[in-house]
Amino acid sequence: MTLRQQVLVLYLATSALDSHVIGWSSYDGTGATAPTTGDGDEPPYQDGVAALRDGWRLIQASQLLPPHPGDEYGTSFLKHEFFFEKLPEVVESEPQHIQQ
Amino acid sequence: MRTSPTQLLTSVELARFVAQGYLRLDAVVPPEMNHEALALLPNGIPGVPCGTPVADAYPEGSFPRRLLELPAVAGALRGLVGPDPTVDHHAVHVREPHEGYAQPLHGDAIIDVRPDAFDVQLMYYPQQVTADMGGTLIVPGSHLRRTNESDTGRYQNLRGQTRLVCPAGTVLLLHHGIWHGGRRNDSDLHRYMFKIRFNPTVPQVRLSDTDDLDDPAVTTELSRTFPWYEGATGRLEIHNRVLLWRALTGDDSFDVEHWVTRVTNRPALRSHA
Repeated sequence: MTLRQQVLVLYLATSALDSHVIGWSSYDGTGATAPTTGDGDEPPYQDGVAALRDGWRLIQASQLLPPHPGDEYGTSFLKHEFFFEKLPEVVESEPQHIQQ
Repeated sequence: MRTSPTQLLTSVELARFVAQGYLRLDAVVPPEMNHEALALLPNGIPGVPCGTPVADAYPEGSFPRRLLELPAVAGALRGLVGPDPTVDHHAVHVREPHEGYAQPLHGDAIIDVRPDAFDVQLMYYPQQVTADMGGTLIVPGSHLRRTNESDTGRYQNLRGQTRLVCPAGTVLLLHHGIWHGGRRNDSDLHRYMFKIRFNPTVPQVRLSDTDDLDDPAVTTELSRTFPWYEGATGRLEIHNRVLLWRALTGDDSFDVEHWVTRVTNRPALRSHA
């Protein structure tokens, strides 16, 4: 048995972790699933705290940065990005078998 | 290009384009042309030099020319980019059956923040696109975001995204900046899409039918928010739409909820004291 990382990225409506999910991505180091662009219309959780309650560990959150002077009204990337991880055990030679 | 004045874009439709970044024309291409396209597109359509006038790029009677002369298509294009746009480029896009991957979410070309002009990309789907055929992913209201090409590739799914499912003969007209991508095709069929990018050659001011310019539905369209917007940034989107609407109509007094008027009010600059 060995550990593999699963990553969940949630984009939230405000900088608060308990605000609702507006976007999501995931990456699966176990190889059991292959999430990709445009593969679902419903988020895995309704807000960030729901992910914590399901065992995801928060490992990074966006900084709160003031807008660049002169670009206060410009819009660009999503602002409130939260990275989570899980570290499930897998059978090394058979990455599809997840032990959680 | 010939146009039918009865199908010129209305102000409300233009406002919808300004808000969501695209217009959708379902099944506007007749079945016989769709059949023709499905025989033509697998072999590709020879390219033309960037900036070629439509009449030179597509001779009278050619398939692309007839596509662009369909009244609904011609009227919508004229309302967005005006008469005599040039062809930036065109391409046949194919999503292979069971190819196993999707394109990352992206905007085409490079970051393009022109405040008073935009290109339009026509996407034509000659066959019915079902849910498993990898229909184009489009994020409504993303076209005014200042991002460069596939830097948005980290975003897999956004609330309110559109995963295209459409009848044969559907045409989309998109603002150049919109976030989109070809989705993974999990079906047994090749999925075809023919894309043409148009550059305007005239100022994009009052090109659509202005009879309904004061229709309250214009403001309703421009006030829309989308489920993937953060609340605060959504307000900025409306602010930026108002600026684009002012550029397209020449009406510098237009506003939604006082968003632009409030932050441009500078009494000191008007004072003679």
